[in-house]
Amino acid sequence: MDVQFSQEKLNKVNEIISRYPEGKQKSALLPVLHLAQTEFGGWLDVPVMDYVAGLLSIEPIEVYEVASFYSMYNLKPVGKYMFEVCQTGPCMLNGSDDIIDYIKQKLNIKVGETTADGLFTLKTVECLGACGYAPMMQMGKTYREHLTKEKVDAIIDECRTKAN
Amino acid sequence: MSIKLLLDKAHVPGIRGFEVYRREGGYRSVEKALKMQPADIVEEVKKSGLRGRGGAGFPTGMKWSFIAKPEGVPRHLVCNADESEPGTFKDRYLMEFIPHLLIEGMIVSSFALGSNTSYIYIRGEYDWVSDILEEAIAEARKNGFLGKNIQGSGFDCEMYVHRGAGAYICGEETALIESLEGKRGNPRIKPPFPAIQGVWARPTVVNNVETLAAVVPILNMGGEEYAKIGVGKSTGTKLISACGNINKPGIYEIDMTISVEEFIFSDEYCGGIPNGKRLKACIPGGSSVPILPANLLLTTAKGEKRLMNYESLSDGGFATGTMMGSGGFIVLDEDQCVVKHTYTLARFYRHESCGQCSPCREGTGWMEKILKSIEEGKGKMSDIDLLWDIQRRIEGNTICPLGDAAAWPVAAAIRHFRDEFEWHVNNPELSQKENYGLRHYADELHVPVTA
Ligand SMILES: Cc1cc2nc3c(=O)[nH]c(=O)nc-3n(C[C@H](O)[C@H](O)[C@H](O)COP(=O)(O)O)c2cc1C
Ligand code: SF4
Ligand code: FES
Repeated sequence: MDVQFSQEKLNKVNEIISRYPEGKQKSALLPVLHLAQTEFGGWLDVPVMDYVAGLLSIEPIEVYEVASFYSMYNLKPVGKYMFEVCQTGPCMLNGSDDIIDYIKQKLNIKVGETTADGLFTLKTVECLGACGYAPMMQMGKTYREHLTKEKVDAIIDECRTKAN
Repeated sequence: MSIKLLLDKAHVPGIRGFEVYRREGGYRSVEKALKMQPADIVEEVKKSGLRGRGGAGFPTGMKWSFIAKPEGVPRHLVCNADESEPGTFKDRYLMEFIPHLLIEGMIVSSFALGSNTSYIYIRGEYDWVSDILEEAIAEARKNGFLGKNIQGSGFDCEMYVHRGAGAYICGEETALIESLEGKRGNPRIKPPFPAIQGVWARPTVVNNVETLAAVVPILNMGGEEYAKIGVGKSTGTKLISACGNINKPGIYEIDMTISVEEFIFSDEYCGGIPNGKRLKACIPGGSSVPILPANLLLTTAKGEKRLMNYESLSDGGFATGTMMGSGGFIVLDEDQCVVKHTYTLARFYRHESCGQCSPCREGTGWMEKILKSIEEGKGKMSDIDLLWDIQRRIEGNTICPLGDAAAWPVAAAIRHFRDEFEWHVNNPELSQKENYGLRHYADELHVPVTA
């Protein structure tokens, strides 16, 4: 893969850097990593992290240590659609365990795995701030809330249709 | 009718946009503030009695007055929108539905503190909320409420959203500052406090979303009027995010005079427990605060009705009380297992520990492991004492309060639900098939309870 932002994305990077004081461009690291992850296939491969380090004039190690700290950065390839199901207390009270079991069975994968067609990854996560709308999961940019088995079916169908 | 100061307009169609928000009286507090002296704004906030809504409840006006003002060094206001404490989802609601209220509160607060560049640190998962905020900021700028020379006052203020990337610890203010600097979210040792040396070693104030939004009504009505709402040191209104086993989960703005019982059972609020079940337990202020059994939740050990405010919720200390915390209100019905719930929280804290201090890093791992084994019917009686011992060794022995936050839920669960833990140990097979149930947890208390 060619690790290079488009001119438009480079402009975005520069705009992000300008939000922080002169010389404090390292502050742009989290937002730029988000941008890079979206742009370069949903995860952060080493060349991508090195590229980001170059853009911000910091050492690659400064990028690695940050990328490995935060749960939203994927250090391994993931499926096209990632189901991140919350399993913390309030969601558990409302049946998140059943939803996780149902997705496992439906996609025939374990937590942490990706389907053979590369379409779906299942992850369990901790509280996403949607406790009143449980059970729930994050899928890409948005939340899917008040999950039921029927809703899970519909979401899977929706993804399959979009992918085709 | 309850008083609403923050969410009274949240349902007006189109309130997310500048035009409607402005027409409904938005940004008046900025116009008022810009004609005042910054110190007088701090004074109003002091008079209001406003306490930080992020969890600790520290008086906001006092916090503001601590900010250092060294010559020639910029100061910064940072809004804490990391909202990751299980049970808490109020800030999201406010930002999602009435984003301009936060922006307005932040402009006033930035002026009061002398911050020309202010940041909103939002948890990374709230991706779409971050878009909503950026749009609101752009609108405010277009209408002359942000940028250079705001409303001709000579005050300049820029505002940016900074997205985190999944780490509860970044809600802790010094970890948040590290994260804003592009580093791992490892809390700093205090002192120096952020008010002296915060982001980029500059004086910094970190405040919760709801705290900064509350500055708007305070400016509009005056600190003294605001302080008349509520009771004692619990002034103004508080957002409660209610979840778990209730009929109407969601966000409620309360004035802090109503009872816990009314909050859970009245139709104006949570609307009672679904399926005619009974109340077993509740964690009223986010996962970190002590869980209470139904009886101690509804009445204090002194036999008084417990109210939804800072003082009443903490009445009895940790022996028989709990805390207001972040207002994340988690209700457990009679069929829920306290051991299992506590286990999920322990797993959460193990996952979120930054790993800097060994009592927290190792202790949270041990607590999770032991709770899991008790929950799965593989525990020993001595494990319960071991758990107690571990949580005690964490509390107070760490760099940041996450250690305490991990220890308290475990301590409270053992303190009040020890027989449920013992039942798991004594009934390894039965406990895998059914739950302990309500038992005596809702019984009237006749004798004063001791720790
Ligand atoms: C582990 C931990 C997590 C925290 N998370 C949050 C949070 O998500 N939001 C928040 O406003 N405060 C959080 N706090 C409290 C902040 O450190 C800080 O006290 C607060 O933002 C101050 O704002 P306030 O005075 O307006 O409440 C957290 C504290 C700890 C120890
Ligand atoms: S108490 Fe836990 S989260 Fe806080 S600094 Fe120590 S290890 Fe990190
Ligand atoms: S516990 Fe699942 S979103 Fe909070």
